[in-house]
Amino acid sequence: MQLDSLLKHTSEWLKGTGPNSDIVISSRVRLARNLEKIPFPHWSGKLQGEKVLNTIAEAATRCDYLKNATFFKLAELDTIDKQFLVERHLMSLEHAQKTNHKGIAIDDEEVLAIMINEEDHIRLQVMQSGFNLYEAWNIINTIDDCLAKELSFAYSADWGYLTACPTNTGTGMRGSVMLHLPALVMTRQIDRVLAAIAKLSFTTRGLYGEGTQATGNLFQISNQVSLGRSENEMLEDINGIIRQIIEQEGQAREALLSKNKVMLEDRINRSLGILKNARIISSQETTELLSMVRLGADLGMIKDINRRNINELFIITQPAHLQKIENKKLSAGERDLKRAELIRAKLNL
Amino acid sequence: MFCDICGKNPATVHLTEIIDEQMNELHLCEGCAHEKSMAMEQQFGLSDLLAGLAEFEKPAKEAEAATSVKCQDCGLTYADFKKIGRLGCGECYASFKKYLAPLLKRIHGSCQHVGKSLEKAAKISKKKPDLAEKPDLAQLRQKLARAVEMEEFEEAARIRDQIKELENKNAT
Repeated sequence: MQLDSLLKHTSEWLKGTGPNSDIVISSRVRLARNLEKIPFPHWSGKLQGEKVLNTIAEAATRCDYLKNATFFKLAELDTIDKQFLVERHLMSLEHAQKTNHKGIAIDDEEVLAIMINEEDHIRLQVMQSGFNLYEAWNIINTIDDCLAKELSFAYSADWGYLTACPTNTGTGMRGSVMLHLPALVMTRQIDRVLAAIAKLSFTTRGLYGEGTQATGNLFQISNQVSLGRSENEMLEDINGIIRQIIEQEGQAREALLSKNKVMLEDRINRSLGILKNARIISSQETTELLSMVRLGADLGMIKDINRRNINELFIITQPAHLQKIENKKLSAGERDLKRAELIRAKLNL
Repeated sequence: MFCDICGKNPATVHLTEIIDEQMNELHLCEGCAHEKSMAMEQQFGLSDLLAGLAEFEKPAKEAEAATSVKCQDCGLTYADFKKIGRLGCGECYASFKKYLAPLLKRIHGSCQHVGKSLEKAAKISKKKPDLAEKPDLAQLRQKLARAVEMEEFEEAARIRDQIKELENKNAT
């Protein structure tokens, strides 16, 4: 697989299918694992780093699930390619910086990705469309079993899987769900909801993970605790929280429909109007407007554009995607022009 | 409670700043805390906050002694951990066990792994069952003592039941 071939393809997590896909964009489970007796990436020397990279990449080829994954050394990718992978949620921003001895393996469907030598030796992630954490867990659990047979992981009976940062020790697992919550934002209830989540030791992040602002009414909610609860208990915890948020968003949507229907229709159709006609548009404005259009499609107010196309626009209008599509470097100003052009082409079919 | 800087996101990081003997409490969201910590990295990083968490209950002298403890495997000292907020290797957990136990408890509210076991995942349990059971029982008793010490009574009850079950199995 070439990186460019991903461009013609919709990532699993953007398909807009799966349970509760009107509110839940995607579900993700990740596991952190480290090799025994070898320093963690930030503390290891050149030789060790390279050895870890090769050992893990090689072990992966012996696992059924990973046999067909494509492996890249980050040092061999250019800046746009790296950003492209970050935009597709296949790797973290951190992984794109200081690329020594770092690697990534991705499958064709973009369901799974393995970052090698990120904060931990292995960061394995599985993504699913919609509200589907258990399916993601089933897949990742199988892959982990397989890797555990091929590699010796750092582990203690008391503290579980040992990770570079003590915040991941234990299961090394984080489950996160990406939610689209425009009605909770419009009815000004979102702060109350997020405050309640924080009290239950869950974190909320924006579209691009740690330290990013929530734009386009997209919120990523994940567990923080990784020790003292089993994977299944943690998944149940997250599931319980997410189910409540889904219900609240649903109620807020109904309230908007019954009390402010005309206002809502106006806002949704204006958003679509701008997207269909703009000649210059920033990434931020695009995301905000797409959020409204997506809400319109979910509520049946917009009938001729499907969820999958809208989801995809969220990603292909990002800077690195635009530059991959155009196959050249673009300045911010040039990108705003190309972005508007691309959106017009996709929406005015 | 909302972030003191942006006022939008819930505050999850709580800082006490002392500038010119003036004490100032700050409640920040993760994003603003990150920016703030970058701004004052030299004086006070989030990693200090993390490592500092482990020392709240320790007398100053003991905390001082802790910083010179070194991991035999990778050479990282506890002072390094305090500085960078990351451990050096898996063995560090054993090397700094005394200091990490309260830290893990503070972060996760527990310091006993109950999730997926590596042995099961890798199916390495090739030992003969009767040989394997004895150390298990000893391990469980140790865990029980620790749970009681930590006042994790639910956990202790769970381990007690496990011990009973194992003892019954051994008796038959």
